[in-house]
Amino acid sequence: MKTAEEIFEILKNELGEIILSIDKDTPTEPIISVEPLKIHIVSKFLRDNSELQFDSLMCLSGVDDANGKKVKDNEGYDVIEGGTLSVYYHLYSTVLKHKITLKVSAPREDAKVESVENVWKCADWHEREAYDMIGIKFLNHPDLRRILMPYDWEENSHPLRKDFKVPEFYQGMKIPY
Amino acid sequence: MGLLDKEFSDGNIVVANVEDLLNWARLSSVWQLGFGLACCAIEMMATSASHYDFDRFGLIPRNTPRQADAIIISGTVTLKMAIRIKRLYEQIPDPKYIISMGSCANSGGPYWEHGYHVLKGVDRIIPVDVYVPGCPPRPEALLEGLLKLQEKIRNESLRKKL
Repeated sequence: MKTAEEIFEILKNELGEIILSIDKDTPTEPIISVEPLKIHIVSKFLRDNSELQFDSLMCLSGVDDANGKKVKDNEGYDVIEGGTLSVYYHLYSTVLKHKITLKVSAPREDAKVESVENVWKCADWHEREAYDMIGIKFLNHPDLRRILMPYDWEENSHPLRKDFKVPEFYQGMKIPY
Repeated sequence: MGLLDKEFSDGNIVVANVEDLLNWARLSSVWQLGFGLACCAIEMMATSASHYDFDRFGLIPRNTPRQADAIIISGTVTLKMAIRIKRLYEQIPDPKYIISMGSCANSGGPYWEHGYHVLKGVDRIIPVDVYVPGCPPRPEALLEGLLKLQEKIRNESLRKKL
């Protein structure tokens, strides 16, 4: 069993600059930040290293950080420009009984994160949900379609974005009350 | 009822007018489409089980819309489901009846403001006969809704649906 700091040290020594930082000032567990386009390398290392053995991805969640600039669009709605979208990975080792949280942040306008579907199979639908709700694109995902909203839902309309605007109509049905 | 009161002595012949007879037959065998959407569906199942037993009013779940007379919209109608509901409704042969069960189907319920995925009332896509309020309605309330529907069918005329 290893603490988050020890795991961070191992990662830093083995993988170098693709491990960005560790944030210990969190109410729950420390969070390790990782380069979004290298997360699959980190994941594979975490899974296969005999000292770590993270064999279980407990949860993968997309988050809209909403840390950009709020501006009005030409219809008077608040839109967020700039800032980041994030993905959090909660890992657990059923063998060594330790946990770790990873985080990647990608620019809001073109959020691209490498898929970890080929490391943990269960990431498949989690990533589809993060894509559907937040609009994060997972590179090398085998089947990146919407999972909850209809397939013909408006392109680039992701309901859990903080500046999401409800469309007026879907297939001729009025949506607002 | 006004239908069985002109019985002849041997019990085999009844005099009635066609409208009464048709309405009586229809209201006594409202076959509903076996169809549930959300937590209201659990309550609907409780209504159909032995304790409340809506079979005693002639309500039998059928597994295809082509054999059904009624559809109970029991739960939240999401936009994705709304398209399917419309298609199911269109496959039911006339005359057909709709009971909208619970707040969600009536008006969107708790999703009325932030439910980007919810149709705010099933009456936006299909015509509803009886609205049953509640979240979810108790089985007694659904039975009351069914009795109201039967009342409505009883007063129909051949020329037009009420």
